[in-house]
Amino acid sequence: MTDPFRLSVREARRLLDEGELSSKELTRATLERIHGTDEVLGAFLTVCEDLALRQAEESDSRRGRPLSPLDGIPVGVKDVICTRGVRTTAASRMLESFVPPYDATVVERLRRAGAVLVGKLNCDEFAMGSSTENSAFRRTRNPWDRERVPGGSSGGSAAAVAARQCPLALGTDTGGSIRQPAALCGVVGLKPTYGRVSRYGVVAYASSLEQVGPIAREVWDCAAALGVLAGHDPADATSVPREVPDYLGVLERPLGRPRVGLPSEYFGDGIDPVVRDRVLSAVEVLRELGAEVGETSLPHTPYAVACYYLVATAEASSNLARYDGIRYGFRAPDAKDLLDLYCRTRRLGFGPEVKRRIMLGTYALSAGYYEAYYLRAQKVRTLIRRDFETAFSRYDVLATPTSPTSAFPLGSRLHDPLQMYLSDVLTIAVNLAGLPAISLPCGFDDSGLPVGLQLVGRPFEEETILRLGHAYQSATSWHRAEPPLDQRGSTGG
Amino acid sequence: MSLAWEPVIGLEVHAELLTEAKIFCGCSARFGAAPNENTCPVCLGLPGVLPVPNGKVVDFALRLGLATNSRIARTSRWARKNYFYPDLPKGYQISQYELPICEGGYVEIDVGDAVRRIGLVRIHMEEDTGKNIHDARADASLVDFNRSGVPLLEIVSAPELRSPEEAGAYLRALRTLLRYLEICDGNMEEGSFRCDANVSVRPAGSSELGVKVEVKNMNSFRAVERALAYEIARQIDALESGEPVVQETRLWDPEAERTRPMRRKEYAHDYRYFPDPDLPPLRVDDGWIDRVRADLPELPRTRRDRLVRQYGLPRYDAEVLTARKDLADFFEEAVREHPNPKAISNWTMGEVLRVVRERGLDRELVIRDWPVPPRSLARLVRLVDEGKISGKIAKQVFEKMLAGGGSPEEIVEAEGLVQVSDESELERAIREVLASHADKVEEYRAGKEKLFGFFVGQAMKRLGGKAHPGKLNELLRRALSAAPKGEERP
Repeated sequence: MTDPFRLSVREARRLLDEGELSSKELTRATLERIHGTDEVLGAFLTVCEDLALRQAEESDSRRGRPLSPLDGIPVGVKDVICTRGVRTTAASRMLESFVPPYDATVVERLRRAGAVLVGKLNCDEFAMGSSTENSAFRRTRNPWDRERVPGGSSGGSAAAVAARQCPLALGTDTGGSIRQPAALCGVVGLKPTYGRVSRYGVVAYASSLEQVGPIAREVWDCAAALGVLAGHDPADATSVPREVPDYLGVLERPLGRPRVGLPSEYFGDGIDPVVRDRVLSAVEVLRELGAEVGETSLPHTPYAVACYYLVATAEASSNLARYDGIRYGFRAPDAKDLLDLYCRTRRLGFGPEVKRRIMLGTYALSAGYYEAYYLRAQKVRTLIRRDFETAFSRYDVLATPTSPTSAFPLGSRLHDPLQMYLSDVLTIAVNLAGLPAISLPCGFDDSGLPVGLQLVGRPFEEETILRLGHAYQSATSWHRAEPPLDQRGSTGG
Repeated sequence: MSLAWEPVIGLEVHAELLTEAKIFCGCSARFGAAPNENTCPVCLGLPGVLPVPNGKVVDFALRLGLATNSRIARTSRWARKNYFYPDLPKGYQISQYELPICEGGYVEIDVGDAVRRIGLVRIHMEEDTGKNIHDARADASLVDFNRSGVPLLEIVSAPELRSPEEAGAYLRALRTLLRYLEICDGNMEEGSFRCDANVSVRPAGSSELGVKVEVKNMNSFRAVERALAYEIARQIDALESGEPVVQETRLWDPEAERTRPMRRKEYAHDYRYFPDPDLPPLRVDDGWIDRVRADLPELPRTRRDRLVRQYGLPRYDAEVLTARKDLADFFEEAVREHPNPKAISNWTMGEVLRVVRERGLDRELVIRDWPVPPRSLARLVRLVDEGKISGKIAKQVFEKMLAGGGSPEEIVEAEGLVQVSDESELERAIREVLASHADKVEEYRAGKEKLFGFFVGQAMKRLGGKAHPGKLNELLRRALSAAPKGEERP
């Protein structure tokens, strides 16, 4: 048998069900892998050794009667998702010592499904960033090249899955934060439809845009995870009371002739030619699988990034107002009065990117600018949503690159926020429209760095992109490639 | 007040709603728990938690909206009002802004003999904040979040009130309405019914508005009327001496009986309102509105007019009885048992209300524990009407009922309080009185008729106060005018 930590969820499930492997063995191997590699990789902020082993034992006691496909499977959770009794920092000094007395609904669902929580994963502070360099605590490195970023903001989640530190991780996606790091790390990342998965207990950045989703190596794994995570939550007024399909059950169904549209704006200037080439090759595979491929247009795409940075920052400025040093988390010492306490706490507690976005958002909402910025952005958002509606009247799925480039060198965009913001140019519009989308590994560039294919579906039609993605993975082997990381964590060759 | 000036007053009322749970979580909304006892991650605004609207709050808003003939928005929207304050856990307050749930209703008030409709700009729902407690000894400020997330209705009147008295009448009418609808206890002292006033003055007859001043910190009806009177006079003085009125917020100082400028706030008045992305638009369909409408009680002014019409009560009585729904209910239940409305009204307004106030029962929105049940009061009045007991004895019986003595009939029976109507018994008592006061009898017969009352009193005393007063009078008069014993008639 291969090393247990190398197993995908699907492979581990089979061995667990056949009694060839116990969750405790799997969990122990996972924890050892984390200990052996993370000093160099930097994916984890907290490792829950005792909790994980306890949960694994409980899972083993259910042998033969698993609660769900995830029963006994080690899962890492992005550290913006609250875990009862386990430190949840959002990678910020502001919450360095915060231990929530509650689970996020997605964590509660994982627990009820019998999953094993192995730890909390690094990310950009409050999920703001595209490289995981904005973490207040540590840098996460790309397992394919230690001098490059893993993408962000769910960079810890993507790197951990790619480096075989855990077969499944949860991320959050506000403007591409699951799909872009999945693409840069060569794994699968799924952002569900807005409202499909509860946001309760997810430290809020931009409420109207973000969704929780799985990162794994196989589409099957993501489908299994979505089945556990999805569903109406009475504690989240934006979650949708809509039946959850049997994602695993429909995965193997015949594809038929799905109509796949290629939006021309997503293949133009600014896209690395190698990335474009790999994605078009993947589209050829889809065609061979029976897809009908045609060109389409999303004409308001050029406004998506500007629109996103008004909506997201406006919401962020409000969502982050609660971090004032009064009730929990960090409080600056020696404040001389109330205003000074607020100012010092926020000056010392937040990193530069968070401050930048709070200021942008405060400005966009302030008296006299609301109409010119926030309200205008909401109108643009409607136009972007309509673009997709039009495209989906002709196509079932849209296929695009996930990221315009492969993983970029650490630090290379850190002092050029605009350049950094463009990392999400191909993923942002999907969040503005609230659509489901998945990123799949579809090859490597000339430096051996992974390239991602993005499939976008109609609202609540996750099955469609999962089936197409699963068919693609059944026909290709890009997702089997493992980064050359030894137990010391160094990259070879 | 100079005739040349006309005050313009608009009121903003915050009414705390009497729902069991808070507006966005399941915590108890009740007043009086230990500090921070009624809190959870949601009303404390901990990271990641989300609000879920309480449908009961919407029901309550609709009740008031329908009772004030407001337009009900089929789609309204939750908004965030952003500002920093230690008692505001999320750094914003969830409220309504561009699309409130109710607009354009009115509240009727009486001005002299006329009825005035005071327009409502809007009624919207929002969450209350916590409460800062400044502990001077410990040099510390503490925060109690029990009130954080308690539902409020903000009721904004149009600037259509023209005097402090009208403002007072409006507030009373609004409070009565809220209590009638059983959605707010209207307690100004405890802060569950709070009022801010916008006041300006302008030359009488002008249609332009003057510079307005906001007055806060008034925690009684009296305070509102006095603060407005003071502020109007202050503004007129300023204008007449050529000084401009500055747009500002002023606090009413009840000790000094004056308003004074509030300390400048630390933040600019830019709340950066925007639609709350955690809450979808609130949709209210006709079915919901119809359900709430079907559940509305008869409103106080309608009921007042009906009591006058149906029972022939004086308007004053009807006004007092309908100031509280439970009081009017009490009255009508008693009248159903014994249809003597005026007598029952007198007893209700007199003895019953006195005991209610003494026992502090009126602090509850709905009195369920009346000092005597309405039917018992009705039966007491019936005993009087049937001549079984006198009005005076009835008061004694009422006291015994309060002390838990049972039904009026039982008390009258057990205590032997039945009125003495038996003529022979009355005559015997009269004979004894006249016999023992022969001198007074002579004086009476000599023309000192004032002594009649003395004989009545003596006879009453002999009969333990239970004598039927009418019969006693009649027999006494007969006895006194009869020839004295042993003497021949002239």
